[in-house]
Amino acid sequence: MPPDSMLADVLAAALALSLNAYVLFGGADFGGGVWDLLASGPRRNQQRDVISHAIGPIWEANHVWLILAIVLTFSCFPPVFARVGTVLHIPLSLMLVGIVLRGSAFTFRTYDDEHDTVQRRWGRIFAGASLVTPVLLGMCIGAVASGRAGPVPEVGTFGDRFVWPWLTPFSVAVGILTLLLFAHLAAVFLTLETDEESLVEDFRRRALVSGVALFPVAMAALGLARMQAPLVGAGLLVAWWSLPLHLATGLAAVVALAALWWRRYHLARVAVALQVSLIIWGWAASQHPYLVPPDLTITGAAAPPTTLRLVLMALGGGIAVLLPSLFYLFRVFKSAPSHTAFGPKGDH
Amino acid sequence: MPDLLAARSQMAMSLAFHILFAVVGIGMPVLMVVAEQRYRRTGDAICLELAKRWAKGTAILFAVGAVSGTVLSFELGLLWPGFMEFAGPVIGMPFSLEGFAFFTEAIFLGIYLYGWDRISPRAHLWAGILVAVSGAASGIFVVIANAWMNAPTGFDLVDGRVANVDPIAGMLNPMAFPQALHMTLASYAATGFAVAGIHAFLLLFDRDNAFHRRALAIALLVGAPAAVLQPLSGDLSARAVAQTQPAKLAAMEAHFETGRRAPLVIGGWPNMETRETRWAVRIPGGLSFLAQHDINAEVPGLDRVPRADWPHVPIVHLAFEIMVALGTFLALVGLWAGVLALRRRDLCAEPWLLRAVAAAGPMGFVAIEAGWTVTEVGRQPWIVYGVLRTADAVTPMPGLIVPFIGFTLLYCFLGVIVVWLLYRQIIRSPRPTEWSRIYAPGGIPRAA
Repeated sequence: MPPDSMLADVLAAALALSLNAYVLFGGADFGGGVWDLLASGPRRNQQRDVISHAIGPIWEANHVWLILAIVLTFSCFPPVFARVGTVLHIPLSLMLVGIVLRGSAFTFRTYDDEHDTVQRRWGRIFAGASLVTPVLLGMCIGAVASGRAGPVPEVGTFGDRFVWPWLTPFSVAVGILTLLLFAHLAAVFLTLETDEESLVEDFRRRALVSGVALFPVAMAALGLARMQAPLVGAGLLVAWWSLPLHLATGLAAVVALAALWWRRYHLARVAVALQVSLIIWGWAASQHPYLVPPDLTITGAAAPPTTLRLVLMALGGGIAVLLPSLFYLFRVFKSAPSHTAFGPKGDH
Repeated sequence: MPDLLAARSQMAMSLAFHILFAVVGIGMPVLMVVAEQRYRRTGDAICLELAKRWAKGTAILFAVGAVSGTVLSFELGLLWPGFMEFAGPVIGMPFSLEGFAFFTEAIFLGIYLYGWDRISPRAHLWAGILVAVSGAASGIFVVIANAWMNAPTGFDLVDGRVANVDPIAGMLNPMAFPQALHMTLASYAATGFAVAGIHAFLLLFDRDNAFHRRALAIALLVGAPAAVLQPLSGDLSARAVAQTQPAKLAAMEAHFETGRRAPLVIGGWPNMETRETRWAVRIPGGLSFLAQHDINAEVPGLDRVPRADWPHVPIVHLAFEIMVALGTFLALVGLWAGVLALRRRDLCAEPWLLRAVAAAGPMGFVAIEAGWTVTEVGRQPWIVYGVLRTADAVTPMPGLIVPFIGFTLLYCFLGVIVVWLLYRQIIRSPRPTEWSRIYAPGGIPRAA
């Protein structure tokens, strides 16, 4: 058990870790929805099948990383939860609508009529929600990073209090970056979800295109950060670790693209996961010690040490149950690409 | 609509919607595991078909429950930031544990649903059992957090903030056990009777349908014992409420005047102005007995509570009456079916029992909604009883009627779709072609 002075930092790290896991796993599921929307060419329907078989068994478990992040926030840093819920009320509510529609439309599609029109209708809702939700999630992250999510002023126009803090060019750029990142992740993961050569090529092409598109958007976000998110901008551009961080992130991105180019899909998967994780940790490090700049710091917003200690113990116990279960889940469904249709649309 | 009312309405609507799916998420896995276990033991193909259909039902309802639960966890901050900032350090613990239980449930449900032919039969059955256990655990943890709002413990109040926080003491609050027990039993009773009710109704027209007969038997096996035990847990809850929340008990019973040998007020419409309840039946000493197990005990009435701190008495009283009436009916029907089953009689040969079970179908869920109305409306105007007022916890955001209407429309849409899918996928008897598949030699995967 870490000493009291470090508890808050440890739990903030756990929070960043669960966000990281959500972005890696849940993010890829949203990205899968994007490729469902953009499915094209002669193998359009096979692409959709691969995506839905890849997501089906795991998306609900992946979604729980977000719940974990929420629970950690309100147990360990209650003022952060209160602030974010207040300032970001509108984008968070819209994101929730997206989360509800994505999950339920996906399930409805799985269990509804197998007629094409019905399937397309649910598919469109599923895919549309998969497109909008990551943008809103990214905008919320951007709003926090920009340091505009300060205390809501008592007076002022509705826009000043509840809209302009999160609707900025920077937050929109982070929103688009998040969407592209999720799509890229998904495309890379999907290359390993099927044995069908032509389908693998389809996803490889998509991974390459989205991976290349990431560069200008990331640059734009970085540039806007300089102007509109001074704290994060300074962290990302000036701190001693910023150059090595950018080099490492860029290197991971290039390795991922190169691995895709030479069809080394397992390597591409590792590299892209590393790239995404480095972006998350770069964001976290650049705004350390703030959770919500300009005023809520990790120690300032932390719950009493008793609570932090207990939550940490619960985390330890929970992870001890969770990791073997997750390992089992992924071993059952991700160890080899499925050759046959399984699950509810199979013969049962 | 004032913002506070809009926020309360949105929360009430979200909870009322989510609770249906949460309850099914606790009860349904038990049904599906029992059906699968019967199939593994007897090789009865209908039980396998039932297990698969119920698994599909669980999948649909669990997905909607998971996303609507996500909405709720956010709404705590979107609508009640003052509450979360105040209470987070104390009730974060049960929510964290709930997070892990829910995680386990999601993982093993994925394995169960998609793993029929990917893992061994034994592993598959165990995955189902883990879904049922973790589903119940996650419900219990959430109810413990709610129980803390009713009987807050585990902290000191210093300058309007919590201090000397002890989250374990918060979890062991006096309402935790009674509420968790009451809710868990309610989940099994409501789910069991809802499924039994549907199939009992269909059996009235198709008495020899083997599919509906098996479904009825398994559903009653889960629902009836829970319904019979529920009045005992209700008694435990009522006494705990009497000790911790006298205002809520007084509102439940429309008990305006403090006094000994307090009467049990059945029915009637309480008038908060005149402090009278018209058209009610009174059982002398009934309330004293209910609250203290002594017909001469003194029960504090609403006159001991400042008028500004009264909950809305007619709503709480009416909801309580509905819950008790429906719960009693379920318990009696459960007892009836149980006695017949113990005598090895054919339940389907009793048309009046089938009618009663069919009528009981929706009652469990109505009783649950009514019970939650008692718990939540009965605690008003407090969000944390005696400590923090709901009005002080609400977000400063204006225009809350917009998200209220938006989420209401969204949930209405989902509700209609879910009912339609459940009918098509689960409830309807197999078509002739499907029957031939069920009975086809080698047409189904056999237990290895």
